[in-house]
Amino acid sequence: MNSKKLKTIFLNNAIVIMLILVSIVVGIIRPGFFSDANARNLIVNTAVRFIIALGVSGCLITKGTDLSAGRAVGLAACLGATFLQRADYTGRVYADMPEFSLILVLLGVILITTCFGMFNGLIISYLKVPPFITTLGTQTIIYGICLVFTGAQPIGGLRKDYTTLSTGAVGGIQWIPYLGVIALVLGIIMFFVYGHTRHGKNMYAIGGNENAAEVSGVNTTKTKILIYATAGALYGFAGFLLGAKAGGASVNIGFGYELEAIAGCTIGGVSTNGGVGRISGILVGVLVFELLKIAMQFVGVEPSYTYIVQGIVIIVAVALDIRKYVAKK
Amino acid sequence: MPDYLIEMNGISKSFPGVKALDGVNLKLRPGAVHALMGENGAGKSTLMKCLFGIYSMDEGEILLNGQHTRILNPFDALKKGIAMVHQELQPIPERSIAENMFCGRYPYKNFGIKVVDHARMYQETAAALERIGLNFDPRRKLGELSVSQMQLIEIGKAISVGAKVIIMDEPTSSLTQAEVETLFSIINILRNEGCAIVYISHKMDEILRISDEVTIMRDGKYIGTWPAAELTTDKIITHMVGRQMTNLYPERDNKPGEVVLTVADYTSIHPKSFRNAGFTLRKGEILGICGLVGAQRTELMEGIFGLRASVSGTVNYQGKKIKIRRPKDAIDNGIALLTEERRATGIFGVLSISDNVAIASLSKYLKYLIMLDGKKINALVHDNIKKLNIKTPSEKTQIQSLSGGNQQKVIISRWLANDPDILIMDEPTRGIDVGAKYEIYTIIADLAKRGKSIIMISSEMQEIIGMADRVMVMCDGIITGFVENDDMTQEKIMELATRFEN
Ligand SMILES: Nc1ncnc2c1ncn2[C@@H]1O[C@H](COP(=O)(O)OP(=O)(O)OP(=O)(O)O)[C@@H](O)[C@H]1O
Ligand SMILES: [Mg+2]
Repeated sequence: MNSKKLKTIFLNNAIVIMLILVSIVVGIIRPGFFSDANARNLIVNTAVRFIIALGVSGCLITKGTDLSAGRAVGLAACLGATFLQRADYTGRVYADMPEFSLILVLLGVILITTCFGMFNGLIISYLKVPPFITTLGTQTIIYGICLVFTGAQPIGGLRKDYTTLSTGAVGGIQWIPYLGVIALVLGIIMFFVYGHTRHGKNMYAIGGNENAAEVSGVNTTKTKILIYATAGALYGFAGFLLGAKAGGASVNIGFGYELEAIAGCTIGGVSTNGGVGRISGILVGVLVFELLKIAMQFVGVEPSYTYIVQGIVIIVAVALDIRKYVAKK
Repeated sequence: MPDYLIEMNGISKSFPGVKALDGVNLKLRPGAVHALMGENGAGKSTLMKCLFGIYSMDEGEILLNGQHTRILNPFDALKKGIAMVHQELQPIPERSIAENMFCGRYPYKNFGIKVVDHARMYQETAAALERIGLNFDPRRKLGELSVSQMQLIEIGKAISVGAKVIIMDEPTSSLTQAEVETLFSIINILRNEGCAIVYISHKMDEILRISDEVTIMRDGKYIGTWPAAELTTDKIITHMVGRQMTNLYPERDNKPGEVVLTVADYTSIHPKSFRNAGFTLRKGEILGICGLVGAQRTELMEGIFGLRASVSGTVNYQGKKIKIRRPKDAIDNGIALLTEERRATGIFGVLSISDNVAIASLSKYLKYLIMLDGKKINALVHDNIKKLNIKTPSEKTQIQSLSGGNQQKVIISRWLANDPDILIMDEPTRGIDVGAKYEIYTIIADLAKRGKSIIMISSEMQEIIGMADRVMVMCDGIITGFVENDDMTQEKIMELATRFEN
């Protein structure tokens, strides 16, 4: 009985245990792993991806998906970079553009990606095109727009106040980077939205049984549009931060991020069957993924091999995690 | 030849937080119908799922023909001659009737590689259906059939595998009288062929008519087994509930007042569905709707509620003409519908009981404009769990792990919480035990007394006669008449229900 209990505890926390084990092992082999600089690195990397995963999670919980996430992030990064170039930078895209305030550009970027998200939502709820296909379409559209807009040229020479968003830290303490704080705040807001608002309950209801939700008076169209629009807003925010973090942007930035976000969510217990998923789980899921990447870097695994390991981890992690939900017989 | 085909001894089974079975026995004789009875959540379905290999039991033994056996999974059960008609249907709506019937055991031709033999599959399906008096095209999509038709198909499936032991978990819950008769004649054939049949139902008259022996359970415990001839409805209820129940229906003192709802000339976009429907509903009135299967009662109500499209018709509500395009419009106007198909349009399987109860009334539980008031919602849910006696380890339990009847009670709670002015209930007591039925009738009577109007669709005519102030009868999409007071008799209603146009 006791060993059985131990087994359940292990299974229920398999991912967190894995996370801790990996850190300890790598920490012993490479003492530099537990440094401030590395903690910072981990947090900064996780922050951006966590924000993207927050956006995707709503789509997944309602049995949808969002393949346009990565490209939307890319577009946001390019937009942010374009409008926040240094005045004295020779390769400016718009040579005599005035200096916009940071907030203004951020809001502008978010507005644009929100529109794309809303477009997804409208198509999905009114035309009933499956989310997979709809967002596959917008993914390509956004990429095309980004190509046209940037002329496929990389954008550099970013303003100091913009890049500080990524390099700076609260009180100068390395492991409290601004990015981490921003992601945390967004996470808390989404936690509140998911758990304590009508919109959140409606979202879980749609994922649990859309027909029953409709019959219960849930405005399913409005809720879905709002979910995809919110996702768009979050991609905009994430992309803006990613531009600052990368110190520049090009059309390829953000490529494949939607898949990482989906992986992070499912590792964190968001069910692709709908109706299930928690913010804390998503954070853990994304963290596992980033931690693993950094750990492999530290141990010196050749970059090509890291993809193979990442793929295996996605499957193993979800297989372990799903055991919690599979009906016990 | 042993006395029993199946012996289950001392079966126990626990789920997290509940001991669903605690030393239960069940012995099935060949050529006999064995009724299994008990309140909602007593453990009937769980016991049968142990026999069918869906659950593995914690303790106990199963003897098949006097031999110890272990049933590993449903496939194994079928191989050993045990078939089951499930309480919760598991249809594959997008596939044909034949494919649903032969799912998992497709006949094939062997050309070196195995190829599904469609011709044989269609032919055998047609034959199996004919045996139970149905003539559907086996190629039709299952999803095009009604729930009751699907249930008959499910029964056909269990019979067609040639099982010696057939478990029927509430097979008649969505059948009408004529279909029940068909089923009973099938059961009689099977009995004569020496099959053992387990029959689970909450309908006393059926049990007393069809069964040879009755086993009663309460709270996962075995109470006893009796020959059906020795039992009466009262005795069964006393064993099941553990106390006596004198009345099946509560006293009603609601007084129907002014007309609140007038429906006129309502016609579906489907020519065979409801046509030119018109009726009125008074404040504080309980209006019953009767009809045979295919009478389009459900369709008419779903049409009014905005779930089905109509070509013409008006709805006048409290003196205003209202337009209902989708369920939300109806609910915003204070009209609610408890739908017939619990699985398809009722429960949110993976969500908690709490979320399932609160979903239709979230706007009543807001604080600071956007935040949900968790405390108030909790109080509401607890209140309902108590009031309707919902058996569950906690309000956080996923609704899908509750027994069928308890799920139904949760959905009823949802609409009680929403507190509509007009509550339309489609088969509200389906799958609910006698004790809980009385509770629900009491609640309905109380709502009417408080000035709410109730429309109640039921295939149990007794229930309608016992509860309604007035009965509207439909036949084949047409409203054929209304009966009140002394006219509310089974004969009069049946006469109207079978008044076909041609
Ligand atoms: N998969 C499961 N997980 C957890 N609890 C379960 C599960 N299946 C059944 N239970 C619990 O076991 C008990 C018995 O349920 P069961 O479905 O056997 O009742 P029942 O007698 O068939 O009731 P009804 O008449 O309502 O169909 C209930 O308390 C139910 O909540
Ligand atoms: Mg049951």
